[in-house]
Amino acid sequence: MEMLLDLLDKLYQAFLYQDRWRLYLDGLGVTVSITLGAICISTVLGMVLCLMKLSRYKILRWPAQAYIDIIRGIPVVVQLLIMYNVVLLNVTDNKMVVAIVAFGLNSSAYMAEIYRSGINAVDPGQMEAGRSLGLTKTQTMWHIIFPQAIKNCLPTYTSEFIVLVKETAVVGYIALTDLTKVYSAIQSKTYDAFGPLLIIAVAYFCITKVLSIIFARMERRLRTSDRR
Amino acid sequence: MIDVEHLSKSFGSHLVLDDISEHIEQGEKVVIIGPSGSGKSTFLRCMNLLETPTKGKIIFEGTVVNDKKTDINAVRRQMGMVFQHFNLFPNMTIRKNITLAPVQTKLMGQEEADETAMKLLDRVGLKDRAESYPSQLSGGQKQRIAIVRALAMKPKVMLFDEPTSALDPEMVGEVLDVMKELANEGMTMVVVTHEMGFAREVGSRVLFMDGGHILEQNEPHAFFANPKEQRTIDFLSKVL
Repeated sequence: MEMLLDLLDKLYQAFLYQDRWRLYLDGLGVTVSITLGAICISTVLGMVLCLMKLSRYKILRWPAQAYIDIIRGIPVVVQLLIMYNVVLLNVTDNKMVVAIVAFGLNSSAYMAEIYRSGINAVDPGQMEAGRSLGLTKTQTMWHIIFPQAIKNCLPTYTSEFIVLVKETAVVGYIALTDLTKVYSAIQSKTYDAFGPLLIIAVAYFCITKVLSIIFARMERRLRTSDRR
Repeated sequence: MIDVEHLSKSFGSHLVLDDISEHIEQGEKVVIIGPSGSGKSTFLRCMNLLETPTKGKIIFEGTVVNDKKTDINAVRRQMGMVFQHFNLFPNMTIRKNITLAPVQTKLMGQEEADETAMKLLDRVGLKDRAESYPSQLSGGQKQRIAIVRALAMKPKVMLFDEPTSALDPEMVGEVLDVMKELANEGMTMVVVTHEMGFAREVGSRVLFMDGGHILEQNEPHAFFANPKEQRTIDFLSKVL
């Protein structure tokens, strides 16, 4: 009983006292904004990289492969710091922009591979059928391959989205106050770690759970043509 | 109509087609038979350049098909192809499967293509499946749709790559019936198949392939009645 009261008090201190929940809300806003901004970049740039990698021209394939290799070979925190302290140092002071660009560019490399595996998973007979009817490669890609590839990609795309939400937790390194960083602000006032950490953990879980529910629903909708 | 001149094809160091020359006349129904690995599918797929010949020329109505300057898409529009595994587009309805190519290649408007599709579907007895998806159909139905899809482009020749090999035995008949009807209408056809009955009944010429060569060919009745090559005799004794 006493433990429960103690816990409730800690949560009260961590969340409700002095309207501290506003801090979490602000942090959540930062986390969500960075994630959404980055996913927009990576969804598009990933597609560009994927098409480059599938191109018949070496001059397009090679840079895409190099980009993917380099991005995947360096920790995202290091990339974030490089972006903040070197690449964008004299371009912008807006840390939010820096974070979105850094995570967007990082995630693009993974997206490119997700798309590529989705496209490769489509039966080669589909391309042959399209081409044998006199459609161009682009027409076949657009009308036949992509719609099927999207279906293949969706589960791994969802995973990448969720990973991205969690990865943004390192933006504290460039002094952005995201959901994770709220912990320091609260803990320095209450001297309690458990309360804020529990709240933050639950918040992350809720975001990712909602995401996975939305995408699972989308997957089911796209699968209608297979099921009927 | 189709001239094949000194065609060779190798996959890496493996020679699949070895210096084949052949001529196919308009209206002919050429049936290609032979053991698996003999190169018969590859030969067929070279005709519409799904496989790129290593050497030699394929000439379709005066156009060198495997010339870099040839618009291969324009050639393919006139050569329908039917695959062993149907290769229908699972993300589209049957109607869309059939009308996609005619509309996208600007051969027809959507309305005209729809009409053509319905007419063709009616002919193969599948008019009521126009709004179904491929996954809702049986193998035989899928293959009949695949034939219709190729026909919607109004091709001058139809290439069949083992069209009944992936079907349940009781569905083979319905597909062969459609092919026979097509043959009776005068369509030029090149058919790779294991259906000896079809070869005998419908073929105007049978080619026997083995080891990348056309070993023997003849008018079907003579071909089956007295094959000349020992390899042909062995093969026929196993499949007949």
